[in-house]
Amino acid sequence: MVSTLVFIGYLITHKESLGTIGRNVIFAGFVFHTMTILSRWFEGGRFPATNLHESLTLLAWLTVVLYIVLFYKFRLTVLGAFLAPLALFFVVVASLMPGEIVPLSPVLATYWLPIHVTLAVLGNAFFALASLFGVMYLIQDHYLKSRKLGGLYFVLPSLDLLDELNYRCLSYGFPLLTLGIMTGAIWSEYAFGTYWMWKHRQVWSIITWLLYAILLHGRMTSGWRGRVSATFSVLAFGVLLCSSFIIYFLLGEGHGLL
Amino acid sequence: MNLIIVGLNHKSAPVEIREKLSFPAEIIGQALSKLTSIFHINEGVILSTCNRVEVIAVSAEAQKGAWEVKRFLADYHSIPFEELEEHLYLYTGEDAVKHLFRVSAGLDSMVMGEPQILGQVKDAFSLAVHHNAAGTVVNKLFHKAFSVAKRIRTETKIGSSAVSISYAAVELARKIFGDLEGKTAMLIGAGEMAELAAKHLLNSGVRELLVANRTFERAVNLAKEFNGTPVMFREFPHFLKDTDIVIASTGAPKFIVRPEDVGEVLQARGNKPMFFIDIAVPRNIDPLVNNLDNAYVYDIDDLQGVIAANLKERAKEAGEAETIVVEEISTFYRWVKSLDVVPTIIALRQSLDAIRKSELDKVLTQLNGLGKKEKSALESMTKAIINKVLHSPVTHLKKEANSVESDFYIAAARKLFDLEEVEEELKKASSGTESA
Repeated sequence: MVSTLVFIGYLITHKESLGTIGRNVIFAGFVFHTMTILSRWFEGGRFPATNLHESLTLLAWLTVVLYIVLFYKFRLTVLGAFLAPLALFFVVVASLMPGEIVPLSPVLATYWLPIHVTLAVLGNAFFALASLFGVMYLIQDHYLKSRKLGGLYFVLPSLDLLDELNYRCLSYGFPLLTLGIMTGAIWSEYAFGTYWMWKHRQVWSIITWLLYAILLHGRMTSGWRGRVSATFSVLAFGVLLCSSFIIYFLLGEGHGLL
Repeated sequence: MNLIIVGLNHKSAPVEIREKLSFPAEIIGQALSKLTSIFHINEGVILSTCNRVEVIAVSAEAQKGAWEVKRFLADYHSIPFEELEEHLYLYTGEDAVKHLFRVSAGLDSMVMGEPQILGQVKDAFSLAVHHNAAGTVVNKLFHKAFSVAKRIRTETKIGSSAVSISYAAVELARKIFGDLEGKTAMLIGAGEMAELAAKHLLNSGVRELLVANRTFERAVNLAKEFNGTPVMFREFPHFLKDTDIVIASTGAPKFIVRPEDVGEVLQARGNKPMFFIDIAVPRNIDPLVNNLDNAYVYDIDDLQGVIAANLKERAKEAGEAETIVVEEISTFYRWVKSLDVVPTIIALRQSLDAIRKSELDKVLTQLNGLGKKEKSALESMTKAIINKVLHSPVTHLKKEANSVESDFYIAAARKLFDLEEVEEELKKASSGTESA
């Protein structure tokens, strides 16, 4: 929260010092966040990712992990300005959901739980970042196309780098999502005796998977790059988020995952 | 000891006055000796550029010194004193330090943050050193000014955005392609600005330059100059596929690059982005090309717009730079006032102690058969002599450290005991041990 505000200040003033403060606030938040997740793990005696509250918390945490990795690789201060609000959004939505630790039925409590959840959520974290890079690309592209430079133009990196990072996040996220779905199916086989039940959650995860498959395919074979890919990855992540919330709030399906 | 800066710049004086007052490099030596021969002026530097003429001087008396410098400027160029004076500004003491720091960092320049001024200040200083017009104060002041300018350049983005057409083009290319390493550029037509842009692109890592010109011979010559490849003018569209950056500057009366061509080219190159720099008037590249995804077209007006935006950004950074200036002024003052005395005292002690030791050694070798007790007695006695001799000068130096006249005392002590040499030797000795 504080970090978001500081980064807004950074975007307005372009002051390096504010960017550094914002980053440090994210780091501090990250430490607390880690401790919260760990304490839930000990309290519940199981991996904390059994409902949407916990999954969202985990998603927010993982996006921050990726941010920290990317920061040390590319020194992208400005990414924090886009990531902090998104992480904040995840955490706020998570806090609106029932957070009590419910005991898990023994059929579900296998080691497939942490594997399936971690893979799927990490995949989603990559997609979240891909969409952020997409947004940053679209903003920078808009500045360059309109030929009116100002504001964010000066702090955003080059189109090439944004496009490259968007692509990399997609290419990491996709296999993770694939594995996530596969391990989910195996888990379901263990728990319910069937790999596939045509639940909303499962249907939508296949739809998302298809969307990202089309996007990656387009990128690799049809020269979909730049604006097309950026727009697509923002939309795909939008679909991913909306479908999760719709399933949770409107259809009331109790699947823990996004 | 007072620091004075008298001068004028593009803001305070019109060009008619500035040109009358300028000092070409050839006459600066003579002007400096005339300046320092004035009774109140001990040290001086003359900074003369097309946008400013300034005299930086050290004088025992601020007001008198300032008046003398003004008089000097008027007399030297035979301009009526009153006419000149209305355009002159005067800074003394801390304000003078601040002014020099700001000038060196380009904060007082017509183009905010431009780097050339620092080189000009450096030249002015070396001329003063060369002509023996720079003393201790000027030396310290200028070296500090250089380091402040450097700090501002590294810690703020004041100089990072381009303010010339050709650099603006390079900067835009960087925002599109990131690294320019391995990219290919094509220069269509010729012209000073276009060639300059091509040169900057090559310096920034562009690997290949294709040169197309209506006169093939011209293309061959230009290509030779840039280590590029000449291309027949009619053939240039075929090479667009492998070109990332196009600089167009031909005298063609209509567009030579049209959107339908570029559309095809983009598809052929897997939508890798293309950047078109159109410096020609009338324009060479159809502005509709810009509507294609991954194609970016900038004409001369757009580039001017970029420069305007960059200048605005620089102005923003200037605030941060000013903070650094203020910070450095106080450290500079503290440094000049106290740090100056301490090394002088240390050097003084060390120089006397070296004499004591060598003389003592001589005596001890002559007086054979002295016991331990006698030896240590001699040792303490010689030390006591040094301490007694130094007591009063050191006390005075310390007392004067914060007074206006500290420079007098320090300079005198340094001269009387040849401390510059002593310090040199000590520095050599210590750096020798460090490397060993």
